Amino acid sequence: MENTKKKGLLDRLKSSRVLRVMFGRKIIVVCAVLILVMVLVAIFAPVIAPYDPNKDDLYNVLKGCSAEHWLGTDSNGRDVLSRIIYGARVSFTVGLVAVLISSVIGMALGLISGVAGGVVDSVIMRIMDAMMAVPMLILALFLGAILGQGLFNVCLAIGISMVPQYARITRGQVLSVRNADYVTAGTLCGASRVRNTLVHVFPNCLSANIVTMTASLGGAILAEANLSFLGMGISPPTASWGAMVSGGYKYLSNQPVIAIAPGIAIMIVVLCFNMCGDALRDALDPKLRGTLGNGSKKRRKATKGV
Amino acid sequence: MSEKEKLLKIQDLSVEYDTEISTVYAVNGLDMELGYGETLGLVGETGAGKTSTALSIIQLLPEGIGFVTSGSIQLDGVDMLNTPEETIRKMRGSTVSMIFQDPMSALNPVMTVGAQIMEVLKIHHPEQSRAQLEARVDEMMELVGIPAKRKTEYPHQFSGGMKQRIVIAVALACEPKLILADEPTTALDVTIQAQMLGLINDLQKRLNTAMILITHDLGVVAQTCEKVMVMYAGEAIEYGTAEDIFETDQRHPYTQGLFNAIPKLNEECDRLEAIEGMMADPTQKPKGCRFADRCKYATAECRAQQPMRQVGPTHYIRCRLFDPMQSAR
Repeated sequence: MENTKKKGLLDRLKSSRVLRVMFGRKIIVVCAVLILVMVLVAIFAPVIAPYDPNKDDLYNVLKGCSAEHWLGTDSNGRDVLSRIIYGARVSFTVGLVAVLISSVIGMALGLISGVAGGVVDSVIMRIMDAMMAVPMLILALFLGAILGQGLFNVCLAIGISMVPQYARITRGQVLSVRNADYVTAGTLCGASRVRNTLVHVFPNCLSANIVTMTASLGGAILAEANLSFLGMGISPPTASWGAMVSGGYKYLSNQPVIAIAPGIAIMIVVLCFNMCGDALRDALDPKLRGTLGNGSKKRRKATKGV
Repeated sequence: MSEKEKLLKIQDLSVEYDTEISTVYAVNGLDMELGYGETLGLVGETGAGKTSTALSIIQLLPEGIGFVTSGSIQLDGVDMLNTPEETIRKMRGSTVSMIFQDPMSALNPVMTVGAQIMEVLKIHHPEQSRAQLEARVDEMMELVGIPAKRKTEYPHQFSGGMKQRIVIAVALACEPKLILADEPTTALDVTIQAQMLGLINDLQKRLNTAMILITHDLGVVAQTCEKVMVMYAGEAIEYGTAEDIFETDQRHPYTQGLFNAIPKLNEECDRLEAIEGMMADPTQKPKGCRFADRCKYATAECRAQQPMRQVGPTHYIRCRLFDPMQSAR
């Protein structure tokens, strides 16, 4: 029983049109693999990193690339490669937690505002509009300054600044779904308003939000790097890519690798997340159905042969 | 028949829609009675107030826009207009349920069909175990003629007729005493239509469920209903058994017009006969017969309020022509 169920899931994943279209392009596979590798690196950082990322070694300050220190050492003699590996932990944690915070709060607000309508809707959406009028990074900076440094505070600052987009998307979806026959049918079956909203309205709003979530992961990681670069993010000894860039850019002329290496790490991660987010959006877009994904053609041929 | 045997009693029901531009009088003083297990066909053109009547029975008129302004609705002994929302909510699905016009949009696209049948059962039988509910879902699927193993599939994997079967399964899952079927076959093609009507009728007999069938297809009514009510501009203008309406020459001019608009098999026919003119303006309160403007028998007397007149043992017509005091026509 257990076995058949597992196989069913695997088969379903294999035949899933969305996944097939999404990974139809080689570059997306590369991005996904890179993300996977970096996540694994972050998880197994203590095993992989050659040195303690926070251990000063004042005899080996600002060394270039060498066999002992692949990416050299920074102004305190800390191994840059080890710090990048540990920095991945901060980046992914902040990215995930911030997206989680923003999507949960945003979807809740969007649902309430869409279902309740009237004054509640107006009040919530005007606040969201006001938040949206301020650029996201400035808002995150402002919140970061109020909340202070620290991993969770950074997540919270970035998370809250990203709430409006989720609230807006969810509200729009709710409005389009709210009057569908199956929602009325739910009411007709005796479902209470809350139950109806959770069972029928909410799941139909999810797909748009999932796309936004993958797309904003990169944004959240970039925002963390920005905050850390400006000294509002993670508190100093902890390795964070943004802070590493800011600490290293003073030595750009004699030891450029200290600033450039974490910069490249940021770029790759953000690029990979954005590429995957875009690919997922395209794969889920019904308007593009049929124009993407040569995989489906192959499959059709295969099923014809059988 | 004693009072107790009636499932549904509607007296002098009026429904209004308040919009910013004007007030629409959708239903005007409607009376209706329905016994347990009976089938009533509600016929009329678009805007005659058929759906408004159905929605007011289950108290789901559009919030803030639609209002019941007068009258009373008794469903299974419950006064629907003066009962707390919570009680009525519990009646929906268990005492009364509704089948929608378009099966394509009446099912949630992201839930399996089994889960959707389960949903209504969960609401009304929270005390039952999951296995019991599963068994009931299987039973319902088989009842409407779909193999139970298909319950893990999603609505888009079913055809229109199959979807309507699922919708019927959802509506019947808690064995309601009354089903409101709002044009259940309009979105389906003719062969499936016949199948659906057969299925609904069959299940209805088996479960002893009463039904109000809303339609503008007289053929559907003839096939399924025991009683027929013809509505026009928010009023019942003719009421009787199916025989009264279909096998008689005494008809309201409007009903007659409806019959004339049906192409006949045994006659040469170039052009279908339409009823001239438009439905009376629903934003005006009625004075006298609302059909008078389009009626070729209309006289000055039609401008006065017309009562329902009994023309047969079970046959009522709201028309001056059938006044027993007069020998007109």
